[in-house]
Amino acid sequence: MAQSNNSIKKILTVAFALCIVCSVIVSTAAVALRPMQQLNVELDRKTNILRVANLHEPGIDVEAAFAEITPRVVDMRTGEYTDEFDAETFDHFQAARDPATGRTLSGDRDIAGLTRVENFATVYLVGDPENPEQIILPIRGQGLWGLMRGYMSIEGDGNTIVGITYYEHSETPGLGAEVNNPRWQAQWEGKRIFADEESVTPAIRVARGSGTGDHQVDGLSGATLTANGVTNMLQFWLSPEGFGEYLARFRTGVEPEDAQEADVELEAEA
Amino acid sequence: MSAVTPKSVLTTPLTRNNPIALQVLGICSALAVTTSMSVSLVMTLAVIFVCAFSNLFVSLIRQHIPSSIRIIVQMTIIASLVIVVDQVLKAFAYEMSKQLSVFVGLIITNCIVMGRAEGFAMQNTPGLSFLDGIGNGLGYGLILMLVGFVRELFGSGSVFGFTVLETVQNGGWYVPNGLLLLPPSAFFIIGLLIWAIRGMHPEQVEANEFKMKHNTEPKEAV
Repeated sequence: MAQSNNSIKKILTVAFALCIVCSVIVSTAAVALRPMQQLNVELDRKTNILRVANLHEPGIDVEAAFAEITPRVVDMRTGEYTDEFDAETFDHFQAARDPATGRTLSGDRDIAGLTRVENFATVYLVGDPENPEQIILPIRGQGLWGLMRGYMSIEGDGNTIVGITYYEHSETPGLGAEVNNPRWQAQWEGKRIFADEESVTPAIRVARGSGTGDHQVDGLSGATLTANGVTNMLQFWLSPEGFGEYLARFRTGVEPEDAQEADVELEAEA
Repeated sequence: MSAVTPKSVLTTPLTRNNPIALQVLGICSALAVTTSMSVSLVMTLAVIFVCAFSNLFVSLIRQHIPSSIRIIVQMTIIASLVIVVDQVLKAFAYEMSKQLSVFVGLIITNCIVMGRAEGFAMQNTPGLSFLDGIGNGLGYGLILMLVGFVRELFGSGSVFGFTVLETVQNGGWYVPNGLLLLPPSAFFIIGLLIWAIRGMHPEQVEANEFKMKHNTEPKEAV
């Protein structure tokens, strides 16, 4: 018995049969569950976008809430919308790698530690796409331990921040990972990105210690390097290298009174 | 060991022959996933499932596994089960699978699963092996839940995500212990658990392998 079990024929038969059976089981599971998994990934992305726009409450119908939001692809070099790509399927990471749609950043310009960056990006517009209530921008950059990916939501004036959230990061639990603490995130609401209407360099940053004024938020104690990462990625993505040109459309287009009205409405809702 | 009965294979791995505390296996994942209790619980369920079914399948075909390729046969069965678990988690518990990240995949390399397949399922009947898998998964889970309880309570001030101690970051009074959120803290907690279990079962205390000699006599120094 033991002899025949170790014959070459038996070894090959057992190995082959086992591989066939196992691969059938694994591929059945993978194929049968893939639609649900893609749905989950999609739902997760939409939930994060709603969360940064302050539109998310536990238990809401994410798909229905997302109907108010229009994704558009923006050419970051000109700040214009483009129909070259489908906003639903546009892949940032793919675009950054492709020489036709991305570019390499050289040392001192690469403050967010990205190496390569795409020229096009999907933005999400809340409300009327022509005159949006909120603009949601994808942001990413190096934190302390790795790449942090998230969204920032800005009011229709292109200057006032609504919120920031990270959906993927590997910061230290309890210290850097506090970037996703709702209490810390709540401070961002109402902060201004630019010091004045003409400025194109973002003034917003995470302070060391407690932040003062319209352009600073409190630092995260024990997580200076993560906070620097957040500051750097905002400095990059909100500058003319990133969404600066695109945001300029809104900053010159909106009357100051409109912006004030929007503020009053938000407060009334809260 | 004493006679193998369905009851004994289920209960001995809990304290008398715990895979983590006595055999000191599966430490890597025990360090990584125990920052919160809900994550520990899902990991426990995944390991129970994989361990039970890998034992069952290995035991079913144990008469036909050629001894020269037995390890790779066991690995193939374990790996297939782990991929199925990973896919199911991604489909039905996406948030959880994001938190567990690579550690579900790393159940493949969890020595407990492999150890039970090689050490128990190769010699025993399918029914007993299945129960043995469940028992060892429970033993692993017991330690995981205890470590997770301590780490979540004192590291984040909550139990199963419900706030017990209001932390300073959220406007409360409790200053959380950051060390407990980092993997090394699990070493201390597991060490204390091993001490406690060996206190309960003194027969687990190993004899010294060698005796340390004084390299200086205290009196000479005076």
